[in-house]
Amino acid sequence: MDKLKLQRMANEVRKGILTGVHAAKAGHPGGSLSAAELFTYLYFEEMNIDPADPKNPQRDRFVLSKGHTAPGLYAALANRGFFPVEDLKTLRHIGSYLQGHPDMKHIPGVDMSSGSLGQGVSAAVGMAIAGQLDGASYRVYSLLGDGEIQEGQVWEAAMLAGHRKLSNLVLIVDNNGLQIDGKIEDVCSPYPIDEKFRAFRFHVINVADGNDFDQLKAAFDEARTVQDKPVAIVMKTVKGKGVSFMENNAGWHGKAPNDEEFAIAMAELNKEGV
Amino acid sequence: MADVKKIATRESYGNALVELSKEYDNLVVLDADLAGATKTSIFQKAFPQRHIDCGIAEANMMGVAAGLAAAGKVPFASSFAMFAAGRAFEQIRNSVGYPHLNVKIGATHAGISVGEDGATHQCNEDIALMRTIPGMVILNPADDVEARAAVEAAFHYNGPVYLRFGRLAVPVINDRPDYKFEMGKGIVLKEGTDVTIIATGLCVNNALEAAAMLEADGISAQVINIHTIKPLDEDLVISAAKKTGKIVTAEEHSVIGGLGSAVAEVLSEKCPTKMMRIGINDCYGESGPALKLIEKYGLDAKSIYEKVKAFAK
Repeated sequence: MDKLKLQRMANEVRKGILTGVHAAKAGHPGGSLSAAELFTYLYFEEMNIDPADPKNPQRDRFVLSKGHTAPGLYAALANRGFFPVEDLKTLRHIGSYLQGHPDMKHIPGVDMSSGSLGQGVSAAVGMAIAGQLDGASYRVYSLLGDGEIQEGQVWEAAMLAGHRKLSNLVLIVDNNGLQIDGKIEDVCSPYPIDEKFRAFRFHVINVADGNDFDQLKAAFDEARTVQDKPVAIVMKTVKGKGVSFMENNAGWHGKAPNDEEFAIAMAELNKEGV
Repeated sequence: MADVKKIATRESYGNALVELSKEYDNLVVLDADLAGATKTSIFQKAFPQRHIDCGIAEANMMGVAAGLAAAGKVPFASSFAMFAAGRAFEQIRNSVGYPHLNVKIGATHAGISVGEDGATHQCNEDIALMRTIPGMVILNPADDVEARAAVEAAFHYNGPVYLRFGRLAVPVINDRPDYKFEMGKGIVLKEGTDVTIIATGLCVNNALEAAAMLEADGISAQVINIHTIKPLDEDLVISAAKKTGKIVTAEEHSVIGGLGSAVAEVLSEKCPTKMMRIGINDCYGESGPALKLIEKYGLDAKSIYEKVKAFAK
């Protein structure tokens, strides 16, 4: 897929995020929007997956460790053909399979249930170890929030991944700089993120703009060349990216737009998509 | 009774893993730096490639086990009950229980029979914690024969299982040709008419000895071994209550949330029956030799005998 098509798809993913969160009257738009390009790149370029065969043992795996940004994952999965885009409107509704946080038992394409921060990355490490034991060729990807890495379990997982030289594992940190209580450096700074992963024996790739497909492509291409080490991609992004009034505003971490805000946001995205 | 063979169920755990792994190459074992104590070191020696030491990081270990299960392995995640069920409770709840992944939790050093290490390492709350997780199977074997059977049954069952093992060598009481382990089915070890002692783990042997002492006093005590605490064999519990009219539970676990609670929940709703719970009475343990602690905390045969005698009058 060329860059323009990817950009258009990311725009569709953003619309899916807003549609779902607006319909649910709850959810996490900010961190879903910051990772819209990442979700798009993984599901439309990087990963070896097949919507018609979502449980294929040889597929690549993705674990959304920052599970609250499920709207972004669901929008990417729906647009990729794992389930109908129409269903995004049922997000968080009673009886819907689209749970507030990823649910592997009921959602096609979801490889791991997640949502309690710090836990998804451990499961990703387990999947990568399984691949290593079997000599399988699949790769395992996991997206973490920059606030999430305050969880100690993340570093337990990172230590094991570095120790076992899991070169089939790629962790991505969405460094949008904001968490619920404010700026990450004001709440409890996890910086320097890259040096921490380096100390845990990762090959670290810094991405200056994680909302740019050229930079994402360069990072994931580099990740494939790494031998004997897990990879951490630390990507700077903009929280709420693509919706003017949500950008860089911690208030939109876990809040749904009202009807008026939704209309403005969709108008902005529709304009962007042309 | 002096020459009865004694084996710690943690030892049975390690041995059973080796036996199963000879046949099934999807079995993997995880440890958090306690392979020597959990006896999975036996497995580690036999199958080093399939042994994953996660270091002292139990929370991560449970998540790694979940990921391995999601990728088709059958992981046995091993640690002390305190750190498996206690420290990693939320990881078990969210990463193993919620997605109903095929993870087996091998928890050794359960209860006060840990001994000298004292209260920080004596977990009397693990059954209570694990019982609250939907879909979790809880197995608490009484001896070597049952422990090895439990490991095998857990392996063949598709879903999360919590296996509880002890540090202390306990008498082998199930070494008989007709012994059969059926998950979810209690076993009547001794028939009786005046009272039923429903026991689990190392208390099963003590309950049997207590029942023999009661017999001498003219009290006919039935003894049931409950190795599967969840799902509980409700039919057997209710039929025992109807038959003997009095129920005593005995377990090396807090009286809150364990076997006693499970039995009381069933009986209070379906067959209200006079009951007594023998267990750790909402307190912490302490350092000391295991057998002395079992006596001090009232879980030995003599203590059970005295309590049941007073209760059954």
